[in-house]
Amino acid sequence: MTDGQNDRSLEKYRRMQRIRQFEDLAEAIHAQGEIPGALHTYAGQEASGVGACMALNTEDYMVGTHRSHGHPIAKGAKLRPLMAELLGKATGICKGKGGSMHLSDFSVGSLGETSIVGSGVPVAAGAALGSKMQGNGRVALCFFGDGATNEGAFHEGLNIAAIWKLPAIFVCENNGYAVSTPASVAVPVKDIAERAKAYGMPSIIVDGQDVDAVEAAVAEAVERARTGGGPTFVETKTYRYADHAVNMGRILLDRGAEVDEWRERDPLKLYRAKLIAAGTAADLLDRIEKEVADEVADALQFARDSAYPTQEEAFDDVFVDRLPIPDFIKA
Amino acid sequence: MAKVTFLEAIRQAQMEEMTRDERVFIMGEDIICNVFGTTTGFVDAFGTERVRDTPISENGFIGAAAGASMVGMRPIVDATISSFLYPAMDQIMSIIAKSRYIYGGQARLPLVIRSCLFYGNSNAAQHSDRNYSMFMNVPGLKIMVPSTAYDMKGMLKAAVRDDDPVLCFEDSTCWTSKSDMPDDPDFLIPLGKGDIKREGTDLSIIAIGGGVPLALKAAATLAKEGISAEVVDPRSLVPLDKEIILRSVRKTGRAITVDPAHQSCSAGSEIAALIAEHAFDSLRGPVLRIATAETHVPFSPPIEKALYPSAERIIAAARRLVGAREAVDA
Ligand SMILES: Cc1ncc(C[n+]2csc(CCOP(=O)(O)OP(=O)(O)O)c2C)c(N)n1
Repeated sequence: MTDGQNDRSLEKYRRMQRIRQFEDLAEAIHAQGEIPGALHTYAGQEASGVGACMALNTEDYMVGTHRSHGHPIAKGAKLRPLMAELLGKATGICKGKGGSMHLSDFSVGSLGETSIVGSGVPVAAGAALGSKMQGNGRVALCFFGDGATNEGAFHEGLNIAAIWKLPAIFVCENNGYAVSTPASVAVPVKDIAERAKAYGMPSIIVDGQDVDAVEAAVAEAVERARTGGGPTFVETKTYRYADHAVNMGRILLDRGAEVDEWRERDPLKLYRAKLIAAGTAADLLDRIEKEVADEVADALQFARDSAYPTQEEAFDDVFVDRLPIPDFIKA
Repeated sequence: MAKVTFLEAIRQAQMEEMTRDERVFIMGEDIICNVFGTTTGFVDAFGTERVRDTPISENGFIGAAAGASMVGMRPIVDATISSFLYPAMDQIMSIIAKSRYIYGGQARLPLVIRSCLFYGNSNAAQHSDRNYSMFMNVPGLKIMVPSTAYDMKGMLKAAVRDDDPVLCFEDSTCWTSKSDMPDDPDFLIPLGKGDIKREGTDLSIIAIGGGVPLALKAAATLAKEGISAEVVDPRSLVPLDKEIILRSVRKTGRAITVDPAHQSCSAGSEIAALIAEHAFDSLRGPVLRIATAETHVPFSPPIEKALYPSAERIIAAARRLVGAREAVDA
């Protein structure tokens, strides 16, 4: 274990810290009304996203979900455009047209964080098909929740990836719930990974709180994908601490002591302890935390200093060419 | 120049575009066996990598086309019959129409989804949809409904080269119609350019897809009665050539829309509203809509045909409109 800045382990720690601190700040300003719309946080699941993305190259594709803050950060996205997007600013990663459920940075291979549950699965299969046809060696990784595996789109996407042996990795971030519905009442199999069997797809179940374990599991899947072995299903057993969405003014589901039990196995805490046990100096980790705090504060400042989009920009990007602006908008 | 049918025009357009650009590929159910004859010779020319049979999973393969297009491919999806687009509404509406917008222009989805309007032949309600107008209600999808083999080829080639998603509706009542076809491999008809299929001075018949041949038939009969009907074919509904429609109506002062869709919220209704809004001053009577009656399509032959637009209904409407001194009931 080295303790240089480029060390892989430190990078994993840094990305998990970025996600956690980015969201802590976002949650706080959302409570103050500075972020419009709903905010679905990822806190608790950082090891799943970061471990999976660390097994990819920047050019590899990734498709995510409504719980969209963690995935692009895990893939290496810069924080400023992400925070600006949360505030609906023109400098946002989606120019203020996607918001919290759609933080998607194409420059790091993210092809969308889609908020229609399950809808990303066929898209990821298609991106993997594109890679295969172009022979460019890229893989496509798709994140989705346990709830999404009950959607037809999930099954159709898996089937297509399997029959065409596409370089795809399907990562089910099983946090135990879909809004308030426990996976145990909505999914008839014990482990969601069992569903992959129906598609003849190899699967791996991994501790989603252990970033190294997730990375190793996904790395195995990536290796299979890149060498023509087709898709793999990875189930990360994880947990979200917050309610389905935060600051809703009403708790949808009281999960009692369960939340505290999972917090005992907080992925950041676990990883910090693991790094220290392996010889990393605590102040190095403290320094990373501080640097991340500065980055997140800078991102918020940038977002606050940025302008909102102009009204005309509502007509951009429907098609490649801008739509005509109606008179009542111009006036 | 050789005379070719509508289906042959589709085949040629696909063949030429796949030859021109190796990013173009085609997928759909049973296209290798070539059910409708639009992929004759394709496997020999391009192999099964670029001519892909899909499992029966419209949401899956139409979504996969979206993903493939986002990473630089240019898929043509053959979704056979337009009724089968419904299982794929999730991907068409939420992903294909909205991804470019929702990600602030980061995504580009150059794909074509082809499907035919398969009505008028006793296939009952689940196989007789004329559903393009439903898709007009969501921004982000280009929509073409050509009525001739010539338009079909030029527009399909343009659609494949377009950087936006295009839904291509192929009216099966036009399948056997023939056109002289130019040999130019770059023969293109841009989406958004309507066509005057027949010039006239007394009224404008704005017809869509299979409504166009009916309108031409009606116009020929009306001409014998001394009524000169102009037939306007918008060819694509999104973008819509509003100018060609309004110019015609301003000239003739009367308008009838002919649309094989059900009347409520049909493309014909949208065009009627457009005329009322922008050419009201030139109108000498109400805009009449000829569309399919608001009931499902029945199986039994004697009661199916009468529900659709027909030359007779167009002629009757034209006579009422032109002969009217006072208001006309639709
Ligand atoms: C098709 C669809 N149905 C319902 C919803 C409402 N919804 C948003 S998130 C969610 C739960 C998703 O659960 P899961 O896939 O397990 O992801 P998690 O929120 O646990 O990360 C639901 C039902 C939706 N966005 N899309």
